[in-house]
Amino acid sequence: MQVSMKLEMKDTPGQLVRVLEPISLCGGNIIAVIHQRDPESESDTLDVQIVLDLPAGRLPAVVDQIKVLGVNILRIDEERLLHKQSLIMIGHIMHTDISDTVDQIDRTGYAEVSELSLKMPAINERSSARITLRTANRKDMENAVALLRKVAARKELLIIEPLEEMT
Amino acid sequence: MKTMRVALLGFGSVGQGVVRVLGEKDLPLTLSAIADSKGGVIDDGGISITEAFSRKEKTGSCGKPKVTAMDIVRSNAYDILVEVTPTNMATGEPALTHIRTALELGRHVVTSNKGPVALAHRELIALATKKGVELRYEATVCGAIPIIKTLRDGLLGNEVKALFGVMNGTCNYILTRMEDEGLTYDQALGEAQEMGYAEKDPTYDVKGLDTAIKLIILANTVWGMDAKLGDVDVTGIDLITPQAIQLALDEEAAIRLIGEAIPSRNLLRVSPRIIPRNHPLLVEGTLNAVTVVTDLAGELTFIGKGAGSIETASAVIGDLLSIREQYAGRP
Repeated sequence: MQVSMKLEMKDTPGQLVRVLEPISLCGGNIIAVIHQRDPESESDTLDVQIVLDLPAGRLPAVVDQIKVLGVNILRIDEERLLHKQSLIMIGHIMHTDISDTVDQIDRTGYAEVSELSLKMPAINERSSARITLRTANRKDMENAVALLRKVAARKELLIIEPLEEMT
Repeated sequence: MKTMRVALLGFGSVGQGVVRVLGEKDLPLTLSAIADSKGGVIDDGGISITEAFSRKEKTGSCGKPKVTAMDIVRSNAYDILVEVTPTNMATGEPALTHIRTALELGRHVVTSNKGPVALAHRELIALATKKGVELRYEATVCGAIPIIKTLRDGLLGNEVKALFGVMNGTCNYILTRMEDEGLTYDQALGEAQEMGYAEKDPTYDVKGLDTAIKLIILANTVWGMDAKLGDVDVTGIDLITPQAIQLALDEEAAIRLIGEAIPSRNLLRVSPRIIPRNHPLLVEGTLNAVTVVTDLAGELTFIGKGAGSIETASAVIGDLLSIREQYAGRP
């Protein structure tokens, strides 16, 4: 899970290192640290933005430990669904209940439909759609694609998947 | 230079291509017998290629009605049988019987016939091994691309982890034309038939069966599988819409029919796939392309002509010369 945090901390030596410690200890990976020191500022605090990759479920513990250090967390943004894959569907996409097709993915809790582009050349003709799925990781994507494949088979839709990389 | 005697069965596009090359190039191979479905000729000293062509033009057969293909197979007039007759894909006949009989008699066999190789790979290889002869079939898969020789010799020591490929020129032509000109599937198919790239009954190509059979031949060769057509998950290209191709184009991608074998996932699949524009497998027109994924050499992609008289003959001639190199002069 990728998380971005904006922190407000005392501008004292060693403070930033102490904040980063709990992240490494829980198996997290620090992707970026962005210092925002305003030279005009009169205040004795410093804003720092950090981007981390955390194991699932570890965020609350990390937040608690950072707070204990007297650091103020101004904002937390979770970028949960980093994996993106587009597939193409062909068939009677509207008449086989497109909202149900999307729902089936959204209801999984691990995957979402983030984009849908539909082309309908004529009434009663087969339509074509590009559907973009988002998940947190590769395994979830495989499961989401497998689910979509199953739904499509039941609705007699042809699914065109991307050729995945082997490496 | 010690030559070997070649008997050729089948005087269609591939057979004529082989005979032309034998006539034009000074190769250590002697064409000692030739037959099509209507007749044959045997001449141990080497048959006249110009006569065979002119007979074909005048009588419709390259040979004489008294001599049949089976007469040639059973004769002592050859060292290597080239089997390039038209085959029934369900039974592999008559090629299967020709090949089996020649191997039984201890003769080498080179074929472009997918049927017998896909249907009876394990049996035929075992028979050839028992008799101490070769069965070579480079021309069955991806025409001029020497993919089987590469997999068997060129990549020795590698573990082949996966194979992907565009293995059917007809489908690739149709998809390319739909993309370039915005044609419907039916329009592009009609054009392919006019150009001679698609059969009158295109089912075998467009439903993905031809690709599936080539995939089986490759998988059985590389991994010693005993896969059959029923083991392959097959989807063709006949339901693809111009809108779907446009949707792929919008994302800098294209749709191609891909054959895919990944033994670690127990996967043998033929299906239309979305391929990024810059991917090496994305070839145009009737070209074929195969990507091989290996542990030592990494990924390798081979691109070339998948069909054509002389192009396919190239694969047959390569097999013939390879056998000659290995066996000529042996007792």
